[in-house]
Amino acid sequence: MDNIVGTKSSLTWAVNIAVVALVLLWTIPTFGLLVSSFRDRDQITTSGWWTSLSASEQNLQLRSAAPREAIEENGEWVVRGNLFGEGEGNLTAFGVNARRPTEFAPGATAERRDAFITVEANGDYRITSVEQPEGSRGTRIFATVVSPPKWTFENYDRVLFSEGIGRSFINTFTVTIPATIIPILIAAFAAYALSWMEFPGRALIIATIVGLLVVPLQMSLIPLLKLHNGVGLGKSYLGIWLAHTGFGLPLAIYLLRNYISGLPREIIESARVDGATDFEIFRRIVLPLSFPALASFAIFQFLWTWNDLLVATVFLGNNEDQLVMTGRLRELLGSRGGDWEILAASAFVSIAVPLVVFFAMQRYLVRGLLAGSVKGG
Amino acid sequence: MEQLFYALLTVVIGVFGCVAYYFFSNLALDAVFPAKGEEAGRNINRANAIRPWLFLFPALALLGLYLLYPVYQSVVLSFHDARGENFVGLDNWIWLFNDEKFGESMLNNALWLIFVPAMSTFFGLIAAALTDRIKWGNFAKSLIFMPMAISFIGASVIWKFVYDYRGADQEQIGLLNALVVALGGDPAAWITVPFWNNFFLMIILVWIQTGFAMVILSAALRGIPEETIEAAILDGASPLQIFWKIKVPQIWGTIAVVWTTITILVLKVFDIVLAMTNGQWSSQVLANLMFDWMFRGADFGRASVVALVIMLLVTPIMVWNIRNARQEMR
Repeated sequence: MDNIVGTKSSLTWAVNIAVVALVLLWTIPTFGLLVSSFRDRDQITTSGWWTSLSASEQNLQLRSAAPREAIEENGEWVVRGNLFGEGEGNLTAFGVNARRPTEFAPGATAERRDAFITVEANGDYRITSVEQPEGSRGTRIFATVVSPPKWTFENYDRVLFSEGIGRSFINTFTVTIPATIIPILIAAFAAYALSWMEFPGRALIIATIVGLLVVPLQMSLIPLLKLHNGVGLGKSYLGIWLAHTGFGLPLAIYLLRNYISGLPREIIESARVDGATDFEIFRRIVLPLSFPALASFAIFQFLWTWNDLLVATVFLGNNEDQLVMTGRLRELLGSRGGDWEILAASAFVSIAVPLVVFFAMQRYLVRGLLAGSVKGG
Repeated sequence: MEQLFYALLTVVIGVFGCVAYYFFSNLALDAVFPAKGEEAGRNINRANAIRPWLFLFPALALLGLYLLYPVYQSVVLSFHDARGENFVGLDNWIWLFNDEKFGESMLNNALWLIFVPAMSTFFGLIAAALTDRIKWGNFAKSLIFMPMAISFIGASVIWKFVYDYRGADQEQIGLLNALVVALGGDPAAWITVPFWNNFFLMIILVWIQTGFAMVILSAALRGIPEETIEAAILDGASPLQIFWKIKVPQIWGTIAVVWTTITILVLKVFDIVLAMTNGQWSSQVLANLMFDWMFRGADFGRASVVALVIMLLVTPIMVWNIRNARQEMR
């Protein structure tokens, strides 16, 4: 349609570039954290993640072995070793003075306090002095190294098995599965009644549900906390399942009612004429036909319960077998705010499941969004 | 692992329980009012009058208990003390209007309410208009839509990394500060700079919500009747004119829906503020203020008052939604 006019080609370029810019802007933050979650701890803190895609140059401050370990060789005292321990690394320059950390090329000899220091490109060093040196503090050596991109699964290994993220992962699943499935059934029956059964007060109930859609959860928390404590539910999974069911119902009923009331009248009328009861009509006709709407809501509810922090903080405890992923992430942000390798890997463990669901079921999600806001709003 | 088993067991029990309830209550209804015998006609009518309520009962009970009763209870609690025991009259309300943090939260929320819906809708509209014109538009849409699936806390981690700050003598590992340094500026700890830090937090929500706006506006743009656009082209309108003067005016209704939906979300979001600043450096918002008083302050009276303020702010949109829904049903 837009191609009718001849202005097409000049615009297409601009449009493509603009979309590329938008997409980059929207994906780069996530991508940066993803890259970081596979990086080595030391590399994360010394260089930006964007440098990790190519070989990076780092300025390191290292120490030689203790001077008292020097051995006598041909009338000189010599300390030998490798700056990188195992002899890995690619040194491009070194220095012995903090103000000139790149003063010497590999293989050159620097002089410092009557000692001669030579560092090779592979990190081997040799410090010679005429008199026997003393002390346990090694000589400071500044090294500029080029390290190839280094990727590791160690961060994931660590967060899953020793930082408690693995456990929280299971806790989150424990919350989400019942909290996603149970409201669907309850809402479907209610939606059927609100669509295809005539009774006084129907319009009022529908209006109430539309109103309840926007009630802030904050209103419910304290009264329900008191109520749950009062009836002995306390902080338990049963409590949070009920809470998520209750909070999810307005959207569930609303979405399903929109869909179910749009089913063709003839099908339902003819089933009635054939003597089917409402229960049969619901089970054999309405339920199978409204699968897309059920799927839409299921995805919404799954994403919402998985990503929820508020309800979980209020209705579940802070202990090992109840802390969910979002709660754990929040805790890590507080206690290990600077440990980006832990945070990045943890965040991605928690993001992975919703992202998979999102990309696999995007069609239904979009359909649900459209039904939820365009039609009704 | 054991608890996953319980979760699955609950699903099974819950699903079977629901099905059994609906099935047997229907059966019971038919047994009490059999559709045969001399009163068959009356019985059918009676059963049909009751049946909808059987279908609705579980939903209405849960809605009443989890959403309606709390509204009433919150109002009651707002007139009681910290533990919800003694009646204190208007004390909580008086405290609220004299509280410095509340004033700050209201101001910040006003900023959030303007900036986030406006920017999300704007970027959503642009993204929708542009992606509809190119071949890989659906792929681009997926990527812009993706943050919707990420939790607010996850998004906070992602953006905290972008905003990360190291001393000026160190190499910056946060993208924003690295850009600032590359352009010759001085790095800063952005989320601790009062007033402007609000915007750095808002950007996170804009980032999440743009996809939502884009998806809905894109559908609306596609629904515009082609004749109007063809007529405009024939009259020699430029692409920009077509977009702003022909297309946008026809989707005002949808834009309003997107705007109000995001507005409601803004009032409820607390996770981002909690994770990024926890209200320090003058970045408090109502939802987090409420959370703060509920958990750290352990004052149910004050927390309820703040919750009621959020509710009052939502009410106009609620009324508007109900009116629209009723009109549509007629």
